Amino acid sequence: MIESPEQRGESPIPEHGSGGGARRRGGGVSRLLIWYGELTTQRRLSLRGVAFILVPMAWLVGFLILPSAALVAVGFAERGAYGEIRWSFTLENFRRLLGFGLFDWSADYLWILGRSVWVALVTTVFAVVVSYPLAFFIASRPPRRRYLWLALVVIPFCTNMVIRTYAWMLLFSQHMPFARLAHLLGLIRAETSLYPSVWAVYVGMVSSFLPFATLPLYTSVERLDWSIVEAAEDLYASKRRIFFQAILPQTFPGLTVAVILTFIPAMGVFVVPDMLGGAKTMLVGNLIQQQFGASRDWPFGAAVSLALMVLTLAGLFWLRRRGEGAEWV
Amino acid sequence: MGMRRGKPLWLTVPAYAALVFLYLPMLAVGVFSVNAGRHGFGWKGFTLEWYGRLLQNSQVLEATRNTLILAVVSTVVATVLGTVLAIGMSRFPWPRRWRGFLDFAVYLPVVTPDIIFAAALVVAFGLLRAVSAAFNPGLLTMVIAHVTFQIAFVALVVHSRLVTIGRTLEEAARDLYADTPYLLRRVMLPLLMPGIVAGAMLAFTLSLDDFVISFFTAGPDSTTLPIFIYASVRRGVTPELHALSTLIFLATVLLVLGLERLMWLSTRQEAKG
Repeated sequence: MIESPEQRGESPIPEHGSGGGARRRGGGVSRLLIWYGELTTQRRLSLRGVAFILVPMAWLVGFLILPSAALVAVGFAERGAYGEIRWSFTLENFRRLLGFGLFDWSADYLWILGRSVWVALVTTVFAVVVSYPLAFFIASRPPRRRYLWLALVVIPFCTNMVIRTYAWMLLFSQHMPFARLAHLLGLIRAETSLYPSVWAVYVGMVSSFLPFATLPLYTSVERLDWSIVEAAEDLYASKRRIFFQAILPQTFPGLTVAVILTFIPAMGVFVVPDMLGGAKTMLVGNLIQQQFGASRDWPFGAAVSLALMVLTLAGLFWLRRRGEGAEWV
Repeated sequence: MGMRRGKPLWLTVPAYAALVFLYLPMLAVGVFSVNAGRHGFGWKGFTLEWYGRLLQNSQVLEATRNTLILAVVSTVVATVLGTVLAIGMSRFPWPRRWRGFLDFAVYLPVVTPDIIFAAALVVAFGLLRAVSAAFNPGLLTMVIAHVTFQIAFVALVVHSRLVTIGRTLEEAARDLYADTPYLLRRVMLPLLMPGIVAGAMLAFTLSLDDFVISFFTAGPDSTTLPIFIYASVRRGVTPELHALSTLIFLATVLLVLGLERLMWLSTRQEAKG
């Protein structure tokens, strides 16, 4: 029996094709079929497909999926006296993260977790606020100019984060105009630089992640249906109402993607708070780095990583539920 | 239909302010890289001395070499694997469950904060070290780490190209009795080329851009430029550092402009065809 694949493009998987006669269950593995012009069998097709993905998938399983599983497992292990992993099943690392120490309860680690979520949220809000007018501006340029502007937004982002963050350190150092201005305004003492501080961290993070917010917003703005805005104007809607009811809802898909794309890396950031922040702005990323670096406590580091993953996924889930119908780039 | 109004001030001002915000720090670094004063922040005249000194700094040269080896090797491996994976994923009838697993494996590095991925690799390499000394921190572990996150991005770019070119030409080739090797070499590869090159350039940029994953997996002898700069900032800043940062920034600009041009050309080619 010879069949041709139904529903090209949309779902080339014959087993799930819903067109007439395409639904076949079980058995029939060696049945002849025409697969995009080729006379073949299911089995030959599957073998060839496996041959294609075998090496890359083996790589991903070996160096991505198994390591992730190992990280989870280590999160439940114990640290030996010399920093080695002692395999066991204990919830001690998570208890410690929740603040139950050897002697009494302290909220230090919980503060770090909470602060990371807060800093990531603030960064996201700032990035979106800066990106929103920028996206409208870029979309209002002639097409050739748009590419130039998009490139201008992306270029600093492709420069290594260490270099970008160092550049802010230089700009915020004590002899530069910003620190002097802050001193004149009475914000800081003389001969001090603007870092380490929370504000320096915010500035560094927003500038690092800005394109994550700008690009998806731009995609949404570019596709904006202006006839809706015109209709609202014809009906004498106020400017405020036009924005909130005719423009903003149209950009929700891009907005959701922008928030997600900014929030994820902002949660795990380590370079920016490390260089521009001090002990008061320690974030999850710094805590993880500390455990895998100086402290050499892999089990605790793994537990913190898992907590970060859970927080990130929870944030994503929450955002996705709020932004139902968002378009994924 | 695009935006109607010309250039309202309330859009122009924030846009240029954002541009200043993005470029001012690098501009400052660039200015200090040609400032003759070694200490302090006063302008002491123009010099290219610091650039010249970079060439004599063996640590910098070593780090540059490591960075380039890492970026080139990992990009080549990741481009091959990512392309093959993208073709395998989109051109064969995978059952739904398999498809879900494939998607999961490919998207995982895209949605995980890089520090978690770095931590997972530290643990994995730590365990593998018991098996083979090859997994001691060094260039090899860094290449493995970079390839792993690059594969996903190459696969995504090539996949979108596969969707763009559609299957009609492939089908036509099959109708004319092309076998699989011929089809791959003479039909798919030429059509996919813009996507593959764009994916490779993206992978290369990502490798140069990465700090966290390199920092976690690097050994004492495999210092890359970002790691070198990070360590130098801790030790105390020198004008050479400004020169080095400026050079890296300029290299990035060239890379991104090249990539952008390529993307633009490939979409234009699409519009014509």
